[in-house]
Amino acid sequence: MSTIPGRRIIMVTFLFFLLLPIYWLVNMSFKTNNEIVTSMHLWPYQPTLANYRTIFTDESWYSGYINSLKYVIINTVISISVALPFFNLYSAINLFDTPWAVALAHCIFNVPLAVWILEGFVSSVPREIDETAFLDGYSFPRFFVKILIPLIASGIGVAAFFCFMFSWVELLLARTLTSVAAKPISATMTRTVSAAGVDWGLLAAAGVLTIIPGALVIWFVRNYIARGFALGRV
Amino acid sequence: MARIDLVDLAHSYSGNDAPPESFALKPVTMTWRQGGAYALLGPSGCGKTTLLNLISGIVTPSRGKILFDGVDISHATTQKRNIAQVFQFPVIYDTMTVGQNLAFPLKNRGVAPADIDKRVKQIADLLDLTPYLNRKATRLTADAKQKISLGRGLVRSDVAAVLFDEPLTVIDPELKWQLRSKLKALHRELDLTMIYVTHDQTEALTFADTVVVMHDGRVVQSGTPAELFDKPAHTFVGYFIGSPGMNIIPAQVGGHAARIDGHTIALSRRYNHLPSGAKIEIGVRPEFVDIAAPAPGLLSANIERIDDLGRIRFARVRVGEAKLAARVPPGFSPSGDTAGLVFDPSHVHVYADSLLVEGAA
Amino acid sequence: MEKTVNQRAWFLVLPVFLIVAFSAILPLMTVVNYSVQDTFGNNQFFWNGVGWFKELLDPHTDLGERFLASVGRNLLFSAIILAIEVPLGIVVALSMPRQGWQVAACLVILALPLLIPWNVVGTIWQIFGRPDIGLLGYVLNRIGFNYNYVANDLDAWFTVIIMDVWHWTSLVALLCYAGLKSIPDAYYQAAQIDGASRWAVFKAIQLPKMNRVLLIAVLLRFMDSFMIYTEPFVVTGGGPGNSTTFVSIELVKIALGQFDLGKAAALSLVYNLIILIVCWIFYTVMTNAGADRPAKESVK
Repeated sequence: MSTIPGRRIIMVTFLFFLLLPIYWLVNMSFKTNNEIVTSMHLWPYQPTLANYRTIFTDESWYSGYINSLKYVIINTVISISVALPFFNLYSAINLFDTPWAVALAHCIFNVPLAVWILEGFVSSVPREIDETAFLDGYSFPRFFVKILIPLIASGIGVAAFFCFMFSWVELLLARTLTSVAAKPISATMTRTVSAAGVDWGLLAAAGVLTIIPGALVIWFVRNYIARGFALGRV
Repeated sequence: MARIDLVDLAHSYSGNDAPPESFALKPVTMTWRQGGAYALLGPSGCGKTTLLNLISGIVTPSRGKILFDGVDISHATTQKRNIAQVFQFPVIYDTMTVGQNLAFPLKNRGVAPADIDKRVKQIADLLDLTPYLNRKATRLTADAKQKISLGRGLVRSDVAAVLFDEPLTVIDPELKWQLRSKLKALHRELDLTMIYVTHDQTEALTFADTVVVMHDGRVVQSGTPAELFDKPAHTFVGYFIGSPGMNIIPAQVGGHAARIDGHTIALSRRYNHLPSGAKIEIGVRPEFVDIAAPAPGLLSANIERIDDLGRIRFARVRVGEAKLAARVPPGFSPSGDTAGLVFDPSHVHVYADSLLVEGAA
Repeated sequence: MEKTVNQRAWFLVLPVFLIVAFSAILPLMTVVNYSVQDTFGNNQFFWNGVGWFKELLDPHTDLGERFLASVGRNLLFSAIILAIEVPLGIVVALSMPRQGWQVAACLVILALPLLIPWNVVGTIWQIFGRPDIGLLGYVLNRIGFNYNYVANDLDAWFTVIIMDVWHWTSLVALLCYAGLKSIPDAYYQAAQIDGASRWAVFKAIQLPKMNRVLLIAVLLRFMDSFMIYTEPFVVTGGGPGNSTTFVSIELVKIALGQFDLGKAAALSLVYNLIILIVCWIFYTVMTNAGADRPAKESVK
């Protein structure tokens, strides 16, 4: 692949631009509210874990995380499997006020996207392969599991990444479709704004914690993504 | 147009300090004459594409020199070398028409538009692409695309050599033959040095007047198709060229005789000073071994099966541990499993450590 | 060779249709139903025909004025962010390291903003831009800009745009990088042999090969930016005044704030229609750019 002059400088500058606001958030999450409001330091002078402690000890906070992860995973799985027209695991009973409802609504966006991405991968599989498979006496489902899925595995990886991305980051649907029981973290976060003003440190800590699952997902699939991106037309 | 000399040229992808055995191309010195049609033949991974890329400048050699007409261009850019290259898969500039594709190399070099038009017309004519000049190149068939790739090379009047890297891989079989004839015709017409990389011996033998056979990073023999067939310089060449390949049989050789399995075979030349400790083998093409009814004077063999290729039949036989192919003479039908082998002494070659040994008269 | 049409395939995609029907068509029908009715509360509805639509598209009514103004703002916003993110994304993709661990590192950092929940993105920039506690706001004010996104229209726009660039340029860059990676080496080698300059390589090879991913990038970015809600809502709440009130924020104000379901339904239908039309235009223009037409500039 050919690149451009000054690419290192461009890349480093851009990555710096991406990381700076995140760094500031992390920085603030370790400060006390008093320090945040009264001073401007590039790192915490009186580092504190109090903000994180609040989140991990208060059930209304951490259940938000669990709900978020639950519906994101459900959504990713449904989107991929339905887009792969494979599992017919959908039956609509008792859907509201469960993570299923939110996940399902996300499918409006995710299913077409997954189909779109996977189409590129599937159509890049040479036709000879499926013709050969049928000649060899494979039934369609067996062809699917034994041949097609392994061939487009990295495509599934990319599609899953996108589905995860789009359902993890959404707030609006979560707010309107669920009441209390299935409230994801993004909805829970709005609670830091109270009559007494904003609890900045707590807000920053909650923000940092929402970045972590995403960062973990990227880290684990990083090679997969690079390969998947490289193979498919996306 | 140029004569190309390779002087002690070698390349390793992991740098010059890599152990010599790991070099993708082991040191080679040879000359490609101007106007020759060469084929670089060898199995995948033998270093032929590396050699091609060294000549085109896509890869810079770890050591040694490449001379074009005596000028050292080992470190010159691809652009400066003025070579044309056709790749395995057609490379087409998607957004351009056929005409614009052909004009691209000239435009990049700042040639005057009037001259570009003239030259593009000429080349399109030569390649039968004139009707497509204003068509988008993406929609054409693979063979037309390969012609365009070739045309982009030929359009430069000063091109030193045209390199082909297995250019017929994606072409339908009947079109392969057409395109190959086209290449031969072009070669005669334009007096260009052409180097054609392939692993298909038919392609190599029909295209080239000189075939360069490579094996494990080494050039093992370079010669006309007839030379490769009659006198393989390396057991690999004997085995790789011809179908079935040459029989290679371990033997003890001395004077005018070779002993195999306790049996003596006459040789047409004398071999007295074979290197001691070397692995000695004799090589003989199946075309020069006939099977006959078992007889006391003949090397006896077990027939495993007989392949009928239409014009000729080959018997697959076994002599001790060694497996051989031998011609079944027309009208002969073996009785039973055993047969005798009749060797043509003038076509039996002797190899020491896989290399051909010249006998004395 | 034609592939034989396999009728069984239709049954396999049936689940997709069911899910899309359940989650998209049913709500859509509900919205259409609301859009032609009026309510005085208490779940009593009256037939209103195309009344809401007329009002919506007439700039002399209050609703029409607000709607058209927010559409105008939104189109301007989408145009600006596309004009920044697409070229920047291409440049970043071209600047990717060639190989080694740096590739993985860059991919991970690039993907990071994409996986941050949108309201957290809003929160990050809300904090980052504040003159009192945010680095950006503080620095800008220290070096002499009187920057305050809560009070000044232009500053609010600047913040919302730079936030979107921060958030989404990576998506364009990753898509372009994927497009670039799929170009076989032979193309670059051929271009080298043909004596192409860096710029010619970009124009003749890289840009055409990225055509498809760029289409995806532009469509995604347009749709998302035109439907943007969460991030500007968190940062500016649509203000100061109405300066960053985009269509979706207006929609939520009407639907939830005033509980005017008829108006909101009509608005959302027109809103969807605009998105569809603009996407269709992008799609047509960009796919036609690569179609087989006799080129205007032929070789004479």
